[in-house]
Amino acid sequence: MRPFDPRLLRYARTTRAYLALSVILGAATAGLVIAQATLLAGLIGDAFLGGASLAASRTPLLLLLAVVAGRALVAWLQEVAAHRTSAAVKSRLRGLLLERAVALGPRWLSGERSGELATLATRGIDALDAYFSRYLPQLVLAVLVPAAVGARILFGDWPSALTVALTLPLIPIFAILVGLAAQRRMDRQWRTLSLLSGHFLDVVAGLPTLKVFGRAKAQARAIREVTGRYRTETMASLRVAFLSALVLEMLSTISVALVAVSIGLRLVDGEVGLRTALLVLVLAPEAYLPLRQVGAQYHASVEGLTAAQRIFEVIETPLPRHGARTDVPDPAATPLRLEEVTVAYEGRDEPALDGFSLVVRPGETVALTGPSGSGKSTLLAVLLGFVRPDAGRVLLGGTDLADLDPDAWRSRVAWVPQRPYLFAGTVADNIRLGRPGATDDEVRRAARDAFAEEFVDALPEGFGTPLGERGTGLSAGQRQRIALARAFLRDAPILLLDEPTSGLDAESEAAVIEAVRRLAAGRTVVLVAHRPALADLADRVVRVEGALEAVA
Amino acid sequence: MTSIIGVGAPARPAEAAAAAETLGPGGPTEATHGAGPADARRDGRPTEARRADGLAKARRADGPAEARAADGPAEAARGGGPVLRLLAAARPAGGRLALAALCGALALGSGVGLMATSAWLISRAAQHPPVLVLMVAIVAVRAFGIGRGVFRYAERLIGHDATFRILADLRARVYERLERLVPAGLPDARGGDLLGRLVADVDAVQDLYLRVLLPAAAAVLVGGASVGLAWSLLPSAGVLLLAGLLLAGVVAPWLSATASRRAEHRTADLRGELTAHVVDVLQGAPELVAYGAAADRLATAARLDDGLTRASARSSATAGAGAAVTALAGGLAVWGALVVGIPAVRSGRLDGTLLAVITLLPLAAFEVVAGLPLAAQQLQRVRRSAARVFAVLDREEPVRDPAVPVALPEPPYTLRVSDVRARWTPGGPYALDGVSLDLPPGRRCAVVGPSGSGKTTLTAVLLRFLAYESGLVTLNGVDLSEFAGDDVRRVVGLCGQDAHLFDTTIGENIRLARRSATDEEIRDVLRRARLLDWVETLPRGLDTRVGEEGAQVSGGQRQRIALARALLADFPVLLLDEPAEHLDVATADELTADLLAATEGRTTLLVTHRLAGLDAVDEIVVLDAGRVVQRGGHADLLARPGPYRAMWAHERRHDDAPC
Repeated sequence: MRPFDPRLLRYARTTRAYLALSVILGAATAGLVIAQATLLAGLIGDAFLGGASLAASRTPLLLLLAVVAGRALVAWLQEVAAHRTSAAVKSRLRGLLLERAVALGPRWLSGERSGELATLATRGIDALDAYFSRYLPQLVLAVLVPAAVGARILFGDWPSALTVALTLPLIPIFAILVGLAAQRRMDRQWRTLSLLSGHFLDVVAGLPTLKVFGRAKAQARAIREVTGRYRTETMASLRVAFLSALVLEMLSTISVALVAVSIGLRLVDGEVGLRTALLVLVLAPEAYLPLRQVGAQYHASVEGLTAAQRIFEVIETPLPRHGARTDVPDPAATPLRLEEVTVAYEGRDEPALDGFSLVVRPGETVALTGPSGSGKSTLLAVLLGFVRPDAGRVLLGGTDLADLDPDAWRSRVAWVPQRPYLFAGTVADNIRLGRPGATDDEVRRAARDAFAEEFVDALPEGFGTPLGERGTGLSAGQRQRIALARAFLRDAPILLLDEPTSGLDAESEAAVIEAVRRLAAGRTVVLVAHRPALADLADRVVRVEGALEAVA
Repeated sequence: MTSIIGVGAPARPAEAAAAAETLGPGGPTEATHGAGPADARRDGRPTEARRADGLAKARRADGPAEARAADGPAEAARGGGPVLRLLAAARPAGGRLALAALCGALALGSGVGLMATSAWLISRAAQHPPVLVLMVAIVAVRAFGIGRGVFRYAERLIGHDATFRILADLRARVYERLERLVPAGLPDARGGDLLGRLVADVDAVQDLYLRVLLPAAAAVLVGGASVGLAWSLLPSAGVLLLAGLLLAGVVAPWLSATASRRAEHRTADLRGELTAHVVDVLQGAPELVAYGAAADRLATAARLDDGLTRASARSSATAGAGAAVTALAGGLAVWGALVVGIPAVRSGRLDGTLLAVITLLPLAAFEVVAGLPLAAQQLQRVRRSAARVFAVLDREEPVRDPAVPVALPEPPYTLRVSDVRARWTPGGPYALDGVSLDLPPGRRCAVVGPSGSGKTTLTAVLLRFLAYESGLVTLNGVDLSEFAGDDVRRVVGLCGQDAHLFDTTIGENIRLARRSATDEEIRDVLRRARLLDWVETLPRGLDTRVGEEGAQVSGGQRQRIALARALLADFPVLLLDEPAEHLDVATADELTADLLAATEGRTTLLVTHRLAGLDAVDEIVVLDAGRVVQRGGHADLLARPGPYRAMWAHERRHDDAPC
C-alpha cells in the first residue's frame, strides 16, 4: 500500500495545509536535533578535555535549554495540528460519504452495506486520527531528518557519513522486501486466525444446541486443541514475519555500533576530534530513528488508508442515470402500467421479477400475493424508482417513469415498508417525515387516522416522546401505525404498502387493517399482502410468480 | 479432532475490527488505538470482534453488558479486580511470559548499553590510550548492537507463544463455564449479541499480556537499571534521570489520558447525536428518499458534524500537552545531567570519561517510556473487556448436577410433571406456576398459549436446563434432579425455534446428533424431514455449506435441517419448541404437519402458538401466565367455550380467504 493517497489532498483540502505545516515542523525538528547534538558535543568536550566550569558553559547551556523548549513546542504544535486536521478531514469525508451514499440510493445501500458504511462513517473513520497524528508526521521526518543529519555528519566526519549512507537505504529496501514476503504469509495466516475466532464464536453461539445433543463437554477439548494447533502453525509463520523487524533493528543498531567503534579508533589515532566524535555518536541514531518509527507506525497507515480508500471507493461510485422531467402526469387521472418488467439482481441466477405486466387504474386497490421471494417487494421498489427495470418499462399514462425526475415522481407517492424505520427524533418528527411543515393539528389528525393517537398520547411525552435507537421502544404494530400516519400526512395520490401486518399480533393487525382501509380510500394503492384479511381490502388480487423457492 | 464443527469455518470478514468498539463511549483515546486490530493483522493475532453486524447490533450488545459489568456484585464477592483475575489466568504460561519480559528488557537494555558504552569508548579514546584498553568496550558496543535486534525477536516470539497458550486455556475455560450457564443462566443471550460480544472480549483481553504487561515490565526493569547506573556514577544524575523518566512515563500519559477523557466528555453528546444521525441516514435511507426528506437530514448531519469538528478543535491545545511534556522531560534530563556533571568533573567527583555517559544515557533511556502511553490505553480497554467477561462468567449456575447422579433407567420412558413452579431469576415472577403433565411412552402432547405463558420454560425444565423450585418432575418415577443433566438430555431432546446451524455442511450439521451415522441414515432422516428432494437438487448435496449461522438456507430449510438432526438423534422423548416460528403462515402449517407426521409414534411435546394441525395430537394443554387453563383433545376443546376456542376462532378468521 502506498504511504499516501493523493485523493486525500483532492477531497480534503485541509490536508494540504497540514502537509505543508508538517514539512515546516519536520525541518524545524531536523534543525533542533542537529543543534542539540552540536551543543551537547561542545559542552561535553569542553568540560571533559578543556575543564570548563559551569559558568564558562553558561551560554551553550542556555542555548541547549532553548533547544529543548523548542523541541517540546514543535511536538505540541504537531499534535495540535494533527488533532485539528484529522477532525476536519474526518468531517469532510463523512459528509461526502453520506451525500454519495444517499445519492446512490436505497437499492445500493441495501443489505449489509448500510451497516458497514455506518460503521465506516463513525468508528472506522477514526483510524485517520492515528494516520494524521502519528504516521504522516513520521513519514515527513523520515525524509527530512536522515537527510539533514546525514549532511551534518558528512560535514563533520565523512567515513561515518559513508557508513550511514550505505546502511540507511537498506532499511526501506529490506522493509519492503521482507515486508512483502511476510505480508503474503501474514495475510494467509490472518485469514486462518479469523477462522479460528469464527470457530469459537460459532461453537459458543451453538452451545444450547450442542448441549441438547450431548456434545457440549467434548467441545472444550476441541477448542483447546484447535487453538493449540493454530498456535503451532501461527508461530511457524511468525518466525518468518518477525524477521523483518529483526533485520530492521539489527541494521540500525549495528550501523550505530560500527560508526561508534570506527570513530573511536580514529579518535585514538587523532584523526578526528572529540567534539566531532561525540556529535557523530549523538546524531547517528537520530538518522535511523524516524525510519524505524515509520515502520512501527505502519499499521496506523494501513488502518487509516484502508478506511480512507473505502470512503473514496464509495465517493467515486458513479451515480445511476435518472430522468429530469418534473411534469409528472396526475396519478389520480392516469393509469399506472407495468410492461414486461424484468429485474435481475447481481449474483442471482434467476431474475427477481420476470416479464411482469400489470395495469393499475386510478383509484384502484391491487393486492399482490405470492410466495416469498417471488418479487413482490422488488415490484414496489421499481414503482418507487429505487430499482430500474433491466427490461420492460413502467408507464404513467404515456410517460415512462425512467424519464421522470425521481424526486418529483416520489412526491406523488406514499410508502409503508414492511419494517418501517423510526428516526432519532420525536414521534411528531417521525410522522412529519414527508411533510416537514405540517402543523401539530395535522400531525395529530394523521395519527388519529392511523389509529396511533391513543397509544402516542399514552407515551410519557405524547407526540414529543423521542424515538429511535435511544428513544422509547415501540411494538411492531405501533411502529407500523406511525408509518401509516406518515403516509396519511403525506397525502399522496399513490400508496405503496409492503405487508403492513406481517409479524403483528391480532389486535394491532385489526387496527392496521382498518387504518389501511381508510388510507386507501380515493387513492391508487398497490399492496403486498400475505394475510388474507389484508387482501380482502383490495379490488383485485394479483398473484406474482417469480423464481420460486424450492422448499418452504 | 472431536469437533464436527471443523476448522473449515468460512472467513468472517475482518473488516469490522472497529465494530466491537463501535460507538461505545470513547473518542480520541479509543481512536488512537484503532491500531489494535490492524496491528494484530500484522502480528497475526486475533483481536477484537470481527463481527461486522453493523452498529445497531454492537450498540445493543453494549448497553446491558456494560451495565452488568458496572454493578457486578459477584465480582466483588470473588475478590480482585478483573485485571488481577486475568493475571491469575496467565499462570500456566508464567515462565514463558517472564522469559519474554526478560528478553524485552535485554533488547531495550542493549539500546541503552550501546549508547552508554559508546559514549565511554569515545571519551576514553580521546585520551589516546593503547587500543587494547578499548577492546572490551569495542566488543561490548558490537554485542549491544547485535543484541538489541536478537532479543527483540526472541521477546516477540516467546511473548506471542505465551499469549496463544493463555488464550487457548482462557477460551476453553470460558467455554466450560458457559457450558454450565447456557441457556437458562444467560436468558439475555438469546439474540446472540451477548455471546458475540463475549467472544470478542475474550479475544481482546490477550492484549493485557502482550501489549501491557511486557512493555511495562521491560520499561520498569530497564528504566530502573539506567537510573541505577547513573546513580552509581553520580547520584544527583541518577535522581534527575529518575525524575525525568517518571515525568515522561507517568505524568505525560496521565496528562494525555485526562485531556482526551475531558475532550471526550465534552464531545460525547455531540458524537452520540451525530452517530445517531449517520445511522439514521444510512439505514433509514429508503424512507428518507421515498419521502423526499434526504436533503434535510444530510444538512442536519453536516451541521452536527461541524459542531463536533469545532469542539474537537477547541480541545486540540490540551491534546498536545502529553507529547510536549514527554519531549520536555527527555530534554531536561539531558540538560540536568550536564548541569550536575560539569561541576562534578571539575571537582573530581566524576571521572571526565563518564561525563558523556551520564549525559547521553538519558537520550537512550527515554526510549523505554515511549511505549507506555499506548500500554496505558490498552490497559483501559482490557479492563473493560475483562469486566464484561467476568460479569458473565460470575453468574449463578441455573442447574447443578447432583454429586452422585443416579444411572439412567431402562426404556421405555415416562416423564411426569406434577405441580411444578419455576422461574428464570431468583425472586422473579414464576414462569411456570403449578403445571402438571404426563408423558407416557408414545404420548403426543401439545402446549399452546400466548407468548410469555411459560411454554418455553416448560421445555427448559424438562431438558434440565432450568431447575424447578417446587413440585416434582420424574423420569420413570425418579426425580429429574437426581440425574446428570447430560443423561437427561440423552432421553429428552429438543428441536427448537433457535436451533443453531453450525457453519459447516448440511451433512455435518445433521451428523452432530450421531457421529457414526452413515450418509444413507442422514438421507433417511432428511427424507422424513421432507428436505431430501431439495438437498439432492444441490450440486454438492450433503456437502453444501449452510453459511455463517445458516445464512445460506431459508428459514424453513433451516428448521427442517434441525428436525432431521433431532430425528437422527432418535431421542425417546422429543420436544418441539415453536419449530415454525419466524416462518410465514403457509410454510409454518406445512412444517408443523410434517413434524407431527415425522415423529409419529414417538413421545412428543409440541410447543406452539398456532393451533392449525393440532387435531393430530393426543392432548392439548393451554397455558396462560404459567398455569394450565384448559386441557383436552382438539375436538373436545373446540366443543366447549374457553380460551382455546377463542384462539382458534381468531386464527381461522385471519386465515380464511384465498391466498
